[in-house]
Amino acid sequence: MNFSEVFKQSNHLCKVSPDGKYLATCVQYRLVVRDLSTLQILQLYTCLDQVSHMEWSSDSLFILCAMYKRGLVQVWSLEQPDWHCKIDEGSIGLVSSRWSPDGRHILNTTEFHLRITVWSLCTKAVSYIKYPKACQKGIDFSRDGCYMALAERRDCKDYVSIFVCDDWHLLRHFETETQDLAGLEWSPNGCVLAVWDSCLEYKVLLYSLDGRLLSTYSAYEWSLGVKSVSWSPSSQFLAIGSYDEKVRILNHITWKKIVQFEHPATIDNTKAIVYKEVDRRPAVVSDELSLHNITMGSTLFSTQSKYEICPLPVQIPVVKPEPDRANPKIGVSVLAFSSDSRYLATKNGSFQVQSLNWHCSGDSVILLGKDQLCLCYMDTDYEEK
Amino acid sequence: MQCTNDFDVFSLFSEGPDISSISHVTLSPSRHNHVPGYSLPLSRSSYSVISAFCTEDNVPQSISYLNQELAVLGLSMCIEASSSEGASLKAVPVLNAMYELLQINKRNMCALEEMEKEQLKKLSTLEHIQISNSRLKDQLELSMREKSGLHETERQLQLKIKTLQSCLKTEKEEVQKLQSIIASRASQYSHDAKRKEREAAKLKERLSQLLVDRKERKLAIDVLNSLGRSDGKRSMWKTAKLSASHESEMYKTLLGDYETSRKALILENAELKKVLQQMKKEMMHILAPRQQSTSGATAADDSQEQVESDEEKAGNTSREALDHSCELAREQLLNSIRQQWRKLRNHVEKLDQVSQVHNQMESNKETIPLETHEDEMERMRQEVQQCREFIHAQQQLLQQQLNTSFDDETAALLNDCYTLEEKERLKEEWKLFEEQKKNFEKERKNFTEAAIRLGREKMSFEEDRAAWLKNHFLNATPFANRRRYSSSDGQSALSVRSEPEVRMSSAKAKRSKSPTYTTFSTPKPSRSSPVPSTTELYRTLRLLPDGSCSKHSNRGHWLETSTVEEGHPQIKSNLQARAGEMSIFTFGEDHSVT
Repeated sequence: MNFSEVFKQSNHLCKVSPDGKYLATCVQYRLVVRDLSTLQILQLYTCLDQVSHMEWSSDSLFILCAMYKRGLVQVWSLEQPDWHCKIDEGSIGLVSSRWSPDGRHILNTTEFHLRITVWSLCTKAVSYIKYPKACQKGIDFSRDGCYMALAERRDCKDYVSIFVCDDWHLLRHFETETQDLAGLEWSPNGCVLAVWDSCLEYKVLLYSLDGRLLSTYSAYEWSLGVKSVSWSPSSQFLAIGSYDEKVRILNHITWKKIVQFEHPATIDNTKAIVYKEVDRRPAVVSDELSLHNITMGSTLFSTQSKYEICPLPVQIPVVKPEPDRANPKIGVSVLAFSSDSRYLATKNGSFQVQSLNWHCSGDSVILLGKDQLCLCYMDTDYEEK
Repeated sequence: MQCTNDFDVFSLFSEGPDISSISHVTLSPSRHNHVPGYSLPLSRSSYSVISAFCTEDNVPQSISYLNQELAVLGLSMCIEASSSEGASLKAVPVLNAMYELLQINKRNMCALEEMEKEQLKKLSTLEHIQISNSRLKDQLELSMREKSGLHETERQLQLKIKTLQSCLKTEKEEVQKLQSIIASRASQYSHDAKRKEREAAKLKERLSQLLVDRKERKLAIDVLNSLGRSDGKRSMWKTAKLSASHESEMYKTLLGDYETSRKALILENAELKKVLQQMKKEMMHILAPRQQSTSGATAADDSQEQVESDEEKAGNTSREALDHSCELAREQLLNSIRQQWRKLRNHVEKLDQVSQVHNQMESNKETIPLETHEDEMERMRQEVQQCREFIHAQQQLLQQQLNTSFDDETAALLNDCYTLEEKERLKEEWKLFEEQKKNFEKERKNFTEAAIRLGREKMSFEEDRAAWLKNHFLNATPFANRRRYSSSDGQSALSVRSEPEVRMSSAKAKRSKSPTYTTFSTPKPSRSSPVPSTTELYRTLRLLPDGSCSKHSNRGHWLETSTVEEGHPQIKSNLQARAGEMSIFTFGEDHSVT
């Protein structure tokens, strides 16, 4: 594996365009666009302030740069470098900014989640959506970009609004049976919306596109509940990771649990293969990850590390979280289905893994840690833990 | 206790049986070294007893004896006789001795009394002790029981303690768990509450800021130029139609999704149903021959079930064509599958049991059936081989036959060869037959001629007779010559009549000479054998095979029909019989079938 030279970036703002041709990075207040194959700088834009958030539009023609402190959003065009767009939210502040799926609207969430302002770049029109909910994942676009689901809260009750992204027409608005809605996510086929409650109550609700409640799932009471939710790409399965270190998978026909995966502290299942990263430098903490096959290239770093197969049974170091602190670092926090819905990668506990992403071909997964990354290739039919 | 009075002594003496019993005790040691035969009953008539001891004669002996006794008792005084003769004694020593003896007796009595008292005392104490002993035993038992009861209760209480302790443990654990949950929830709540509070505080701050600072920055968008829509279309006005179209779009998507899932499910269902059907068929197939081999008691049920299952099968296949999602069909299928599976499972269980039973049997028994099995197999193989060979041979022959039939000429030739012998025989027989026929014809002719002649002769004879009688009658008169001529006529008639007989016999001889040729290997009947009846013969004639049979029967017919021309009824019958005889004879000689 070869590595290019190091490029500066700030705020981890480094994104490849959706069409895979360009790479955009933000350095302080500058936006640098490079060609991905040659890494030559194609465009250079200057924003008014340090960029907090940067996002490509879906058609890879525009880049959004948001400066939350200033409440400004600037949009740059790749085709026409002279074209500029600036959105000023004014004194109402800006907490988050994102593109709409069609790449022509920008949704700004104001401070204190007072409202969501929908700016249209085509018509310069503004729409407001009131009472958006400030939660883990309060807004989600369906994969085909037709619909947007928004969590709202009024009068101490949770609601979900479904908008048609074409013209921001409110299609459905219904109340949810949650205590405190924490997140919602569309199924990949865009027909089912999964809504889950905050960790104080284990509750996952499934609504169909037209707002009917299809099913409710609750594994247990009282203990801390859902931590992460993920749909399989085929929309057949819904994986729910919870604070009890288990992953439960529901099927799309009956919405009942079909299988449950556990993350025991001692792995002694003969089918599991445990890879342990062994560092040459003793100072670095060794991560234990139970995955299949090895690859590791980190000549970038001065330390050389290697993955060894550990003989079973393997004891995974468990760090007991402090009981009187909120949001304990236990439970399944990251779930990722492979693209063919065959494998599920999960992260349990307090490991320094920030994200798991599968390759679209479904046979390799990349683990991103705080300072490291790991690529894993699959070549057998083992279920991952 | 001391006895001081003599009266006491006497009173002691006077108490009859008690004293005697006591005295037995006290006096028994002294009795042992006694003069035997002397019992000393201490009764009132004591004097009479003592007088028995000492008489007038044996005074000195008794004195010496008494002295001895006294000496034994430890008394120093002696009894002396006052004079050498007589029964008088010195009173003083005697009185002293008596006194001493009385004293001794008193002392003994006292001692006795004391001992008796002692004994009484001891007895009472013994009794007392016994009673107390038994009482103590009872007490002991009671206390033992109590102890065991207490042990028991203690044990139960210990158990209870244990269970309670375990309950307590679990409860504690649960409490701990709940406490931890509560703690985490509480921390979460507090965290959220704090967050919200901070947000509220910020809001308040901002609000105050805003209230103070009214110079709001305008919120606006500053775009160089508007962009086109991403899909290139023009945006539309918001109308009800548009909203309706949105609704319809949404429903279309939903429906599309449902359709795809439904299709997938239908496919899956169809596949599963297919698999189930297959399974059912296979199970039925597996079970069917077994069911037939079961005992007759269950055969009826099985056949019924088979019939039912066949019906089901038929019903199912017909319904399959109609509607796959028919609830009834599905239920039926499932039920039949379950039924079959249950049967199969029972059967397998039975087989397992049977195999287990077999395994439990001795090894010898196991080998024997195996051997017989193998023998059977061998035998059957051989049989099969034989059958195969046989079939093969048959086939070959059949092939030959078929092959020959294809070629007409050769077939005809072969047929001719086979039948050549027969043909020859037949020809010969025909010849014979013709000969016989001719002869018979001749005979018949002769016979008829003879019969006619006979008739005529008879007539002539009758006439002659009549004439003779007439003559005789008349020859009572003198006509005697003419009658002798008529008698000679009669004789000539008679002689003529004998001719056919002779001829018949000659014919017979001829017949007998004709060779008896039998086509069939049946023995010739002897000429002397009784003539068989016509019915029998015809029967046998009809039994003759092929072409000759018909001819023979024809012959029979011919003979039957050809009755001899009659002359006189009497003669006719005779002739008929003769003819019959003749025919019989010819047949009998030629074809000796009886």
